[in-house]
Amino acid sequence: MGYDLNLRVWRGDSSGGELGDYTVEVEEGEVVLDAIHRLQATQTGDLAVRWNCKAGKCGSCSAEVNGRPRLMCMTRLADFDEAETITVTPMRSFPVIRDLVTDVSFNYEKAKQVPAFAPTPRDADGKRRMQQADVERGQEFRKCIECFLCQNTCHVVRDHEENKPAFAGPRLFLRYAELDMHPLDTNDRRKLSQEAAGLGMCNITKCCSEVCPENIKITDNAIIPMKERVADRKYDPLVWLGSKIRRRTDREEV
Amino acid sequence: MSTGVSSHGRAEVSGRTQRQDNWWLAPLTTFVVFSAFVVYASWRAFAGEFYYSSPYLSPFYSPCLTTNCVEGSSDFGQPFSWWQLSPALIILIFPLGFRMTCYYYRKAYYRAFWLSPPACAVAEPHAKYTGETRLPLILQNLHRYFWYAAVLVAAVLTFDLVLAFRDEDKEWGHAGLGTLLMLINVVYIWLYTLSCHSCRHAVGGRLRHFSKHPVRYRAWTFVSRLNAKHARYAWVSLFSVALVDFYVYLLATGTITDLRFF
Repeated sequence: MGYDLNLRVWRGDSSGGELGDYTVEVEEGEVVLDAIHRLQATQTGDLAVRWNCKAGKCGSCSAEVNGRPRLMCMTRLADFDEAETITVTPMRSFPVIRDLVTDVSFNYEKAKQVPAFAPTPRDADGKRRMQQADVERGQEFRKCIECFLCQNTCHVVRDHEENKPAFAGPRLFLRYAELDMHPLDTNDRRKLSQEAAGLGMCNITKCCSEVCPENIKITDNAIIPMKERVADRKYDPLVWLGSKIRRRTDREEV
Repeated sequence: MSTGVSSHGRAEVSGRTQRQDNWWLAPLTTFVVFSAFVVYASWRAFAGEFYYSSPYLSPFYSPCLTTNCVEGSSDFGQPFSWWQLSPALIILIFPLGFRMTCYYYRKAYYRAFWLSPPACAVAEPHAKYTGETRLPLILQNLHRYFWYAAVLVAAVLTFDLVLAFRDEDKEWGHAGLGTLLMLINVVYIWLYTLSCHSCRHAVGGRLRHFSKHPVRYRAWTFVSRLNAKHARYAWVSLFSVALVDFYVYLLATGTITDLRFF
């Protein structure tokens, strides 16, 4: 059963813009992205929107629906009252290019700064081996679809543009954690994550975890463990003393 | 308001947030409840009286280690003879430090008290933000040391629970409503303490090779399960510890008498 949806959509570019009011006919079972597409097809042919899979797996259609960072393709219209006006704006932590499309290159620049996986030498038979228990831990982090909703909602950069040079953001902390927990990686990323990536700036208010469409426990399983690893290395004299007594290097100790 | 969401180049949208739900309800609730607890705990901690009613000792005053502790309340001696203030103050620093540096409580009070941020995608009011990189907030990294102390405090409260299986004349094999409340409190104190992120890290989280440490891996798996409910345990144990203290207060002031089960 179709109905007329009241939609407010931000239109504009980096020089300015505003919310425009539209009425769009929608059908039962549709999502916000369907409504945006119908608006584009019937009323605003030049509406810019980034999308691809419509299945919550490509991470392209990130936006803010009624102020909440969401994937438009995973936001059901049924979750809203039919009489309610749905407001759609672009992600507000990144520079806008046009309409609902933002420039997310900040995230790619930060990704370049993470040292690549540097594995241990191969075994004698030319293979590398990992046990299942070690594989499983990092698999959660590999579910990330790089929608950058976590980066968008993180107040460290959302509310403080000046922090962007010093802060990598939750998506990149996932990457640091994944590699630091990897049994075959030889880099020590604890110092880097604290100093270059700005891990200490995170005050663990968990918004990244709240908005993650893949339900990755970013704070509990990546950021806090990395903070604890940094504390091992930097703030815990007992751990430091233990590693000296047992004559282990930082990476060998665990 | 900071220049964050209205920074040059970002989409121009007026207002702190476009959120239309009751985003303020959760931080407001946290603010009211935590404030009420702080007021109550401060009153009880500074009072220095009505914290012992045989066989029950208030968790705020346990262990009671100073010479001004009331008779019968010092099960671990009175080594701090020079301390003249309330005996609670010398002990509460440890559970207080544990909770103040707790990863869950940090989230809660950063949101509710410091509005940094008050809720997700709601602009914070501060012009500058440095997180936990400087004093005093860099001291949050001491959380693991407070956790070590919290384990000892939980052990002491467990000892108090055992002593509570006596009657007012210290005869064993009895229990009352106070015993039950202390039992509930001790269970939640342990759940809160063992579900701590620092505990999770210490038992196995710091490992790179789970497969080389199967016992620690199992311990980590167990603590991880508890850790998922850390926030719930933080809240329940906050109420349970206040409830036990208040029950002891009512007994000690003679307002009520203990309901004895056997």
